[in-house]
Amino acid sequence: MPKHQKGKGKGVSRRSFFKTTGVAAGAAALGGFHFTRTAQASKPLKLGCPLPLTGPYGTEALDQKAGAQLAVDQINAKGGVLGRKVELVVRDTKLKADEASRRAKELIESVGVELMTGCLSASNQLAVNEQCKLAGIPYMSISQANEITERGDASVYTWHEALNPHQTTQAVGGWVGKNFGKRWYFLTSDYAFGWQLTDGLRRAGKAYGIMDVGETKHPLGTSDFSSYFPRIMAAKPDVLFLDNFGKDQLNSVKQATSFGMKKKMQLICPVLLASARLGAGTKAYEGVKGGTSFYWQQDIPTAQAFTKAFWDKNGRPPIDYAGYAYGGVLELLGGVNRAGKLAALPLAKALEGRKYDNYKGPQWWRPCDHQSQQDVFILESKPPKKKYDVFKIIDTVSGANEALMRTCVEVGAVKGKPMRVGLKK
Amino acid sequence: MDLSVIVMQLFTGLSLGMLYVLLALGLSIIFGLLTVVNFAHGAMYMWGAFIGVFTVTWTGSFWLALIMAPLGVGMYGLIVERWLIRPLYGRDINYPLLLTFGLQLIMIEVTRIFFGTSDHPFNAPDILSMPLEVMGIFYFPAYRVFLIIFTGVICAVLWYFLERTNLGLVIRAGTRDPLMVRALGIDMNRIWWLVFGIGSALAGLAGILAAPIRSVYPEMGVAMLVECFVVTVIGGMGSLPGAIVAGILLGLVSSLTTLIYPQMADIVIFLVMAVVLLVRPSGLFGKAGLLE
Repeated sequence: MPKHQKGKGKGVSRRSFFKTTGVAAGAAALGGFHFTRTAQASKPLKLGCPLPLTGPYGTEALDQKAGAQLAVDQINAKGGVLGRKVELVVRDTKLKADEASRRAKELIESVGVELMTGCLSASNQLAVNEQCKLAGIPYMSISQANEITERGDASVYTWHEALNPHQTTQAVGGWVGKNFGKRWYFLTSDYAFGWQLTDGLRRAGKAYGIMDVGETKHPLGTSDFSSYFPRIMAAKPDVLFLDNFGKDQLNSVKQATSFGMKKKMQLICPVLLASARLGAGTKAYEGVKGGTSFYWQQDIPTAQAFTKAFWDKNGRPPIDYAGYAYGGVLELLGGVNRAGKLAALPLAKALEGRKYDNYKGPQWWRPCDHQSQQDVFILESKPPKKKYDVFKIIDTVSGANEALMRTCVEVGAVKGKPMRVGLKK
Repeated sequence: MDLSVIVMQLFTGLSLGMLYVLLALGLSIIFGLLTVVNFAHGAMYMWGAFIGVFTVTWTGSFWLALIMAPLGVGMYGLIVERWLIRPLYGRDINYPLLLTFGLQLIMIEVTRIFFGTSDHPFNAPDILSMPLEVMGIFYFPAYRVFLIIFTGVICAVLWYFLERTNLGLVIRAGTRDPLMVRALGIDMNRIWWLVFGIGSALAGLAGILAAPIRSVYPEMGVAMLVECFVVTVIGGMGSLPGAIVAGILLGLVSSLTTLIYPQMADIVIFLVMAVVLLVRPSGLFGKAGLLE
């Protein structure tokens, strides 16, 4: 408002101006409003699903939601769980651990969910897992985290359908060690997930005599990576690992390409995302390689059936994180059906040691820590021949015989003994 | 530390700074001349990027998009000023602030509804996507060089417009003493209308120029708005040279911090802001008393 026109109104002090601006800016930083479904009364079995719908991982979270919903719909079409319809109740965690914790508590105490899945980002998963352990509710974790299956966090209620950073990096690191130069540089997202990727890659690289020529950590949600590049270029690495996720991966690959980094080094994304690749375009990702748990062009019947069902419903193929949600929810609900009642111990007995193939090839529930064993695929970005066909599977690293997993002892469990920690009587 | 790395770092800092300048210019102009704190600036920036994406998808021309984005957002700004902001003149400064804040939420939600929440690919035109070789070991994107030069030109044009044209003279006079300008038979409402349009167009321009560098998605303006306010506060609310100097300063500071202690890169701009506000409460180039 032009200052002269204030006339009758009282003047605005600098202090009150900054106060209002500050509050508004804070609210802006927290993101817009989100409308989620509110729960209805009694009958249906409610499956809680906190996800970071707003924030740098929002795109991937939406795919998780669609994957979980598809699994719920398929189970409902076959008669539901123990004769009850299942209802997915989604909440936004905003990618904040405290928000995830609050939302999980709300889902358990107010909405009355009896099963839980969801989350993207280890800190969120651990927070939700904590609430589930307290309430004695089985939780199917569907994004990458190391700690969740370790002593301290793991419990009889905790299930980890996704790969973890250890499995991912043993597969990708080993493959890169075999195929590319020895000078490795790491651009690491500065929180648990990024650190674990970098640590895992260093460990995997040891066997191949790699040289660690540097690491730069960047804050989660960085929009401009250009100022990180001179130091990386000066270190003259053969391989640059982008140990990040979501929009961070998209922006770092896009900007690294524009800075000509690919002329000097191979870019590797340990978790190569179809969503980021689609958002950045063909040119930005040209020649970029990395690992994944699932790609929709996998030529096996389960993958094709999942892709078709997902595509019919959402008008696009699923990404790897949709796969985690789909596979995990099928296991959780199917497990309860086989157990015959909704309780942690029968569910554990129905899942532990089970071999299954929901959407990506053979998987196995390891009894000692409830981690799912599975293969890792190595992808290369390519120009699409048809829409969404953005990657080529160039190699498969088998996860059979616990090859990629930490041993039961390493995660603080007992080999051969099923996980029974934290069981409520 | 290698000297060439530092030189290269200064380069990236400059290009980062120019982006800050571009983002803050529109905000600063609108505040300086209308005393309206435009919280919808970030959402207008986002719409600029989206208009760019769709112009390129339909026509394939980046250069046409470079015209369409500021034009489209500028016209939107004219509508917003005429029908939403103007009725609030004469009230407390917080009214337009809250209005534009709400407008921002609506704009983001509308974009989400129509275009989804995922990212839209956008690349620099072929002629600008070649990395230029610097000192043998480094490359620098041609697009960022273009960005630095283009932003410089925009600043020069704005300066010329405000300082050397008759319309600019009226605008400047209007900020000092609108009553007198009115007495001379000039319709100040039309001047403010125009200024709001120009400020909005600059937001749209920043959006399309940032699109080849950053990801394009509905919330892209939210984080940017915070950086943008930091730049305007350091430079002095409403000061054009302030926005330019503060933008470049922040780019350099943040870039050099990345070199020394990367984890601090995000926080350092707020530290600079705190220090500047302690030493010069109205910012580097701010006029004291603009808000009193």
